[in-house]
Amino acid sequence: MSGAHHGDHVHTHDHAHDPLHAAEPRPEYARLERAVRELLIAKGVFTAEDIRKQIELMDSRSPAMGARIVARAWVDPDYKRRLLADAKAAAGELGVDTSNTATVVALENTPARHHMVVCTLCSCYPKAILGVPPAWYKSSAYRARAVKEPRKVLAEFGTVLPDGVEIRVVDSTADMRYLVVPMRPSGTEGWSEERLAGLVGRDSMIGTALAAAP
Amino acid sequence: MTFAPGDKVRVRDHWPEAEGRKVHVRTPHFLRGRVGRVERHLGAFGDPGSLAKGGDGLPKLGLYMVAFERADLFPGTTRGPETLTADLYDNWLEKIG
Repeated sequence: MSGAHHGDHVHTHDHAHDPLHAAEPRPEYARLERAVRELLIAKGVFTAEDIRKQIELMDSRSPAMGARIVARAWVDPDYKRRLLADAKAAAGELGVDTSNTATVVALENTPARHHMVVCTLCSCYPKAILGVPPAWYKSSAYRARAVKEPRKVLAEFGTVLPDGVEIRVVDSTADMRYLVVPMRPSGTEGWSEERLAGLVGRDSMIGTALAAAP
Repeated sequence: MTFAPGDKVRVRDHWPEAEGRKVHVRTPHFLRGRVGRVERHLGAFGDPGSLAKGGDGLPKLGLYMVAFERADLFPGTTRGPETLTADLYDNWLEKIG
């Protein structure tokens, strides 16, 4: 088989298989990941069981943990002060394991200022408290548009704020992970912490939504 | 370099990725050359450029939350109550004013 003939064959072959490649985006990265993972296991850096446990731990985290933290801050001003001063320690008080995470900073929404978190460089997110981020948080559309037209993006999430409210987009570009503390909805006076936590959705802690109305 | 809250700072208009070397930079393009104000000091953290190459990240760099007006970042957008903060290492900041 001549080189030229071989080249023609490969060309035809690639075309025939394009749909398969499209079904699995970037298969080269999947192969690279598998090769590196198997090498690290073979060299004893970690075991397959370690990886499984880590995935299980990540999947066990959910926005419900963040909701408990926010609800506690709503009912306990001292806790709120500690949360705003050191969110990692305050999360630890409620049994959230933050030992392996980056520094977490809690930002309080007020009638004057609404925070909305984005990571324009990648997808930094307070995973230890909220679990894995939603797909849209990692999308290039959200990352690019949140900084440029935040009010429009918020409106697309169904969150319309009065014109006078400052929207502060928080780009987590470095070692901090940001947790938004939404405002406590009115009409919830006297509610238990547990009941309040039910109003705190994931998006309200990213800042693309408000806490739910009672 | 150390800064205090309220300091007016300019992000260096520096493009190391354009010099042909492999670099790891955590200063977004849209902030290069822009002017903001230091909001708070966040602590000292390992140099990401060094850490990305398997280095020890030393010496650590000061990290600052810097606040910008949206209209200063995106010319042509209307000035309104819209701000943005980013966390920037001190080797990217120059005090001005």
